[in-house]
Amino acid sequence: MKRGGEMNPISNKETVNPISNKQPIHKRQKKFRSEKKKDMISGYLYIAPFFVIFAVIGLYPMLFSIYLAFQKWNGLSPMTFNGLANFETVLTDPLFWKSVYNTIIIGIMGTAPQLVVGLILAYLLNMAFLKFKSFFRVTIFMPYLTSMVAVALIFSVLFSNHESSLANYVLTHFFGLDPIHWAASEWGTKIAISIMVFWRWVGYNTIIYLAGIQGISNDLYEAATIDGANKFHQLFYITIPMMKPFIILTVFTSTVGAMQLFSEPTVFLGTDAFTRDEAMTIVMYLYRDAFKLQSFGTASATAIILLVIISLFAVINLSLTQGFGRKKRGVDQ
Amino acid sequence: MSKQDKRKRKKFSVGRLFVYLFLLIAAIVSLFPFYWMFVMATRPSAAYNSIPPTLTPGTMLVENFKKVLSQIDFFGGMWNSFVLCTIVTIVVLLISSLAGFAFAKFKFPGRNIFFVAILVTMIIPPQLGLIPQYFLISKAGLLDTLQGVMILSFLNPLGIFLMRQYISEGVPDELIEAAKLDGCSNFRIYWGIVLPIILPAFATLGIIVFTAVWGEFLWQFTVLRDPEMYTIQVALAQLGNTHNIDFGMILSGVFWATVPLLVIFLLFNRLFISSITEGSVK
Repeated sequence: MKRGGEMNPISNKETVNPISNKQPIHKRQKKFRSEKKKDMISGYLYIAPFFVIFAVIGLYPMLFSIYLAFQKWNGLSPMTFNGLANFETVLTDPLFWKSVYNTIIIGIMGTAPQLVVGLILAYLLNMAFLKFKSFFRVTIFMPYLTSMVAVALIFSVLFSNHESSLANYVLTHFFGLDPIHWAASEWGTKIAISIMVFWRWVGYNTIIYLAGIQGISNDLYEAATIDGANKFHQLFYITIPMMKPFIILTVFTSTVGAMQLFSEPTVFLGTDAFTRDEAMTIVMYLYRDAFKLQSFGTASATAIILLVIISLFAVINLSLTQGFGRKKRGVDQ
Repeated sequence: MSKQDKRKRKKFSVGRLFVYLFLLIAAIVSLFPFYWMFVMATRPSAAYNSIPPTLTPGTMLVENFKKVLSQIDFFGGMWNSFVLCTIVTIVVLLISSLAGFAFAKFKFPGRNIFFVAILVTMIIPPQLGLIPQYFLISKAGLLDTLQGVMILSFLNPLGIFLMRQYISEGVPDELIEAAKLDGCSNFRIYWGIVLPIILPAFATLGIIVFTAVWGEFLWQFTVLRDPEMYTIQVALAQLGNTHNIDFGMILSGVFWATVPLLVIFLLFNRLFISSITEGSVK
């Protein structure tokens, strides 16, 4: 299909040009070649803005971070070379490992259910018989429009330490459990933060999945129905394999996002954010080193360790998602 | 009439009931915090201590908001956020669609490498450069300015990815070739042919960018230290930091900061959904 599109102009030129203008053949070839050159220049020109801005405010600071990671610097006095000491300081700091643990736990609890529920919601929202479609779509997407700060503030009230907070009321009156110190206990903070992450992002992923599902041709489903496939077969052998690019995209972005969690815990804990450790994430640890303790060298070392962790997760992610797509290639292509 | 009724009844099934039930629960879970925020924003702080919890709106909507105004520069923050988001959205739409157009329709050496490079920047955590970026912005004299905040948001690899997808599927090669034969320059093709076709995608990406920048916190929190220059997010975050925590006041601030964005969404909502459903028509 695509190839045909590319062939067309040439054949058009061959057939149309000789009649309309009587240029010699070599001149026409030249024109075609200059056209190609023009496209090349346009191509570079159009992608340039991103790369120019990226070079200045993205790449340069990143490289400088790597340099800074080997320096001792408080932001004022001159830097002094520090070798690997910054990495050693960070990697032997129990609080750093606590922050890694916190980030991973909240990441799993906050995003894994989100992707599953998002997929289910998108599948249901796409059902042909469904009425009030746009109502459901709009309401499910609405939490995404609330800023992370707003979500954290709403949930800090919903999940406050008070016995009368709504979360504690539900726990004590409906489940007969003891009230929880949501902002000051190991699992309380993690659960509250995971719930707010889930609440805010599930609609976003649903809409992305919905776009993917709606892109699947109906012929596939019709063919499958004729072949006697039921709804579950269709879900697992058509919908999910066809949505592979969308699933990869969302798994990828939410993993990367989860590793960078900062706003929710920071705002949720308010004044306690940088003194308590139950919900301190890697980025909070980094921020605390840099802007609370003025230790820019160790903060940069943390940034690089964070990059390594994220890359690791990204590679694991991609190899896993790649694997599950390949199995169902037959339908995919 | 009766015929239709019969057909409807025939289609009724337990499975369908579960679909509606599941979606209804999802809708309630999505909406409840908004409703509850509204309830708290209209109640005195003491209402929070009542058992069972208060679930109906009160009368203190204005009073609570007045308390917010005495704590933070609410309207200044809203204005700063609005200016920031508008400029960033326009710039990102232009950068992404131009780059997406180039990646989708032009052939140039290194095209795939550049595209992969953009995807790679997606996995690089923005925090990696946070400290040098802070000093860079500070050296350029852009601390406590919106320019200092917005420049980072101009980088939007996801936008380029989406635009490339959309343009390569939505804009037929034949159309571009025909325009070329008519002597259109590449930029005229972009402006006159590609842009009108991808306008629905602009609504989608525009909403994604606008809300992302509206809600971004870490960088705004780092660059803006002067309360005069606070965006609404940074200003709101201060509400929770007061010693006498007044829940009614906090949620009143959140409520009034959230409502405008919801109104914008509901206005653009049809465009947004139509741009997504368009994918199914193709």
